[in-house]
Amino acid sequence: MSQLVVENLTARHGLLTAVKDVSLRLDKGEILAIVGANGAGKSTLLRAIAGSHGAYDGHVMLNGAPLDHLKSHQRVRAGLALVPEGRRLFATMSVQENLALGAQVGRAGAWTPARVFEVFDNLVKRRHSRALNLSGGEQQATAIGRALVTNPDVILLDEVSLGLSPAVVDRVYSIMPALRETHTSVVIVEQDLGRAMAVADRVICMLEGRIVLEGRSADLTREDIIGAYFGLSGQQAQKEPVG
Amino acid sequence: MIDVVVQGVLLGGYYAILAAGLAFLYSVMGLFNLAHGSFAVLAAYFVVMLCDALGLDPFLAIALVVLALGVIGVVVERLVFEPSTRGGPLLSVLATFGLSVVLDNAMFQVFGANTRSLAPYIGDLSWASWELGDLYVGKLAVITLVAAVAVLGGLHLFLTHTGLGRAIRATAQDADTAGLVGIDPRRARTIAAAIAFMTIGLAGAALGMRATFTPYSGTPQLLFAFQAAVIGGSNSIWGTLIGGIVLGLSQTIGAEISTQGFFIAGNLVFFAVLFARLYGGSLRLPALILKRKV
Repeated sequence: MSQLVVENLTARHGLLTAVKDVSLRLDKGEILAIVGANGAGKSTLLRAIAGSHGAYDGHVMLNGAPLDHLKSHQRVRAGLALVPEGRRLFATMSVQENLALGAQVGRAGAWTPARVFEVFDNLVKRRHSRALNLSGGEQQATAIGRALVTNPDVILLDEVSLGLSPAVVDRVYSIMPALRETHTSVVIVEQDLGRAMAVADRVICMLEGRIVLEGRSADLTREDIIGAYFGLSGQQAQKEPVG
Repeated sequence: MIDVVVQGVLLGGYYAILAAGLAFLYSVMGLFNLAHGSFAVLAAYFVVMLCDALGLDPFLAIALVVLALGVIGVVVERLVFEPSTRGGPLLSVLATFGLSVVLDNAMFQVFGANTRSLAPYIGDLSWASWELGDLYVGKLAVITLVAAVAVLGGLHLFLTHTGLGRAIRATAQDADTAGLVGIDPRRARTIAAAIAFMTIGLAGAALGMRATFTPYSGTPQLLFAFQAAVIGGSNSIWGTLIGGIVLGLSQTIGAEISTQGFFIAGNLVFFAVLFARLYGGSLRLPALILKRKV
């Protein structure tokens, strides 16, 4: 049984339909990358799944249970966590306080603030620093840590490499082995195609709110994805039906 | 002069306790509650009612009224604050203004125009003082200052050292993101409103013990609370205490200079801080003065 199921999800920003009839499935422990140009609907899709976008049409299920009637904080308690684009840390709170907020959810699991400090050891010296005084990489590590300490079954990572240097992005992505170890399922929205293909088991490409390409990373070439990215290879979508 | 300073600081204790709920609601919800003073007066009437009708000990009555105000805070949050803040800050200001008008007139209808006070119920506490050499320090004023420090200190500890306090701070900063880390923003706001109203209950009791009040006494109390909150910085718990003391000191010093100086000096300090904030974005009055000197 798939851990996360999204069926025919349509989400709007006012009159604009940002996500159109999207369906996807995520198996336990799987890493799925969603790529696409700016405005393709990737972030809106993640926010809708996490329950912070407001109303949408369609269905979201986690571990077989429907989430549609749940608000974002209830979805976190059900086992779904989102690391939002732009990190959105609580700026005047320390790293430790940001992590403590996530830990308050009280879901059992391997992730504790101490474990986050083990994995992101660059945060140890900064644990009492306010989030607004952290570097971009430290902020991203704190944002990921804050989501992890909720011990989610599925974590949604939205543009975690945005605005970071390659070395810092490497550090942020160093979390992936630990996620695989804990069988946490991951959905990553990523602009860097190379990195998306390297870490993900499967890749989805979105264009103008729809999924136009889906396949296993090992089976797709960079050219396949770039073609779908720019709307040049619509036939790929038929070759790899969703679900 | 020492006497003036001591009396000013003690008066500041009352303003701090009066402003605590106003500043707390603003910092947590971004909501300016224009009915703040009216609820303080309502709390004072509740204490009088309990003492009058049931013959309760005044301090037991105050404790019950503080709890009752907490419940009223929950109801007001759900029925007035929450719906009105969804419509933007102006709508919530108008809604709380309307609420204050309704409250003031309802109290006038129920309690009449006569001035009331809690002084008759608290023995000699309203006028008794400790003699320290040439200095006379009012017992009630000292108790009020101590209560203000205890309330503000308690609020500070609650907000910084408890999970619920952190949740309230997180909701105040970004309610949407708070939801994404498992916090129920609605619950956090409701608890914050209850806490704010409980401090209003205490402020009302302090008002009733130190002075007389009528159904329309809420507006001046709102103004004093607003001035103390602005002077101290409405996002700072301890700033509220400092703001209250600065306001109390300036009023007391002003009253020494001239009969009308009490209000004029308080207003002058308030406007000076307000202008400093407009220029600096935060309390940068000393920096502003130094800059001008250079």
